[in-house]
Amino acid sequence: MESKFYEEDKLLIFRITDEIDDFSVQKIRRRADYDIERYMPRKVIFDFNRVTFMDSAGIGLIIGRYKFAKMLGSTVELSNLTSSIKKIFEMSGILRLIPITNLEDEKYINKIG
Amino acid sequence: MKNLNIYIKEKKMKSEIENEMKLEFISKSANEAFARITVAAFASQLDPTIEELADIKTAVSEAVTNCIIHGYDKKQGIVKIFARLKENEILIEISDKGKGIENIDIAKEPLYTTKPNLERSGMGFTIMESFMDEVDVESVVGLGTKVTMRKVIKNKLENEESDDEFEMITKE
Ligand SMILES: Nc1ncnc2c1ncn2[C@@H]1O[C@H](COP(=O)(O)OP(=O)(O)OP(=O)(O)O)[C@@H](O)[C@H]1O
Ligand SMILES: [Mg+2]
Repeated sequence: MESKFYEEDKLLIFRITDEIDDFSVQKIRRRADYDIERYMPRKVIFDFNRVTFMDSAGIGLIIGRYKFAKMLGSTVELSNLTSSIKKIFEMSGILRLIPITNLEDEKYINKIG
Repeated sequence: MKNLNIYIKEKKMKSEIENEMKLEFISKSANEAFARITVAAFASQLDPTIEELADIKTAVSEAVTNCIIHGYDKKQGIVKIFARLKENEILIEISDKGKGIENIDIAKEPLYTTKPNLERSGMGFTIMESFMDEVDVESVVGLGTKVTMRKVIKNKLENEESDDEFEMITKE
């Protein structure tokens, strides 16, 4: 997973590059919490563009980061969900709390290139 | 003529696709990817769509993860997978000899989990049920759990438009 922090907007973007399952999720979780605590962002976006697989471990991962970020005064959004990943998140109901955004939007492209 | 065409397609399909496989591995979460990729590779003999293959991978990952984290719960054991292809359907059995499930109906309910502290969401069975056509759970406390899943691969018939065999027969 790669992360990048945009100081001006206090925006922290995680690009997840692994398959997300019970095995890989521990590493992603540790890294995400470390960076959220270190940068204290206003907004966290998880980019799923390069995620080729996700099972229910991804639901726990995102709910956990949502709670942690919220505790530190930050919000969480998700970007580039494939139809299968979106289906899994929809089933769990977490999209009611955690909105889908689009990193390809102009407002982001201009900032993050 | 049309009927003959369909008959030949079905006959070819039935005689060609009938296959079985078994897989056993130690209950380590590093094996989850290995298990789902192996079953998906086996299932690809039925010419599934990318989406059907993703559904199978996800359902296998859910059942295997459950054996490892609930069935064996940090102890080491063996997870077994049996899969059978028949005509246009895949059957997958995934089993452990772990602690078993006390109440299967409750365990299957969405959001029900006995491990919320590990960031489990209780959606595993719900995902299996929505991604496969049929999911059956058998379990005996102290003896283990077996999940049996079926999925019909619809792609097979639709994608068999160019039928070489049929053309050969009409020429004769
Ligand atoms: N193989 C098994 N052996 C023993 N108990 C199991 C097994 N599979 C499932 N269970 C029980 O059923 C419950 C529900 O399983 P399910 O997969 O739906 O959710 P989960 O594994 O707790 O969370 P998630 O799959 O969303 O990460 C589990 O919490 C566990 O108590
Ligand atoms: Mg589960």
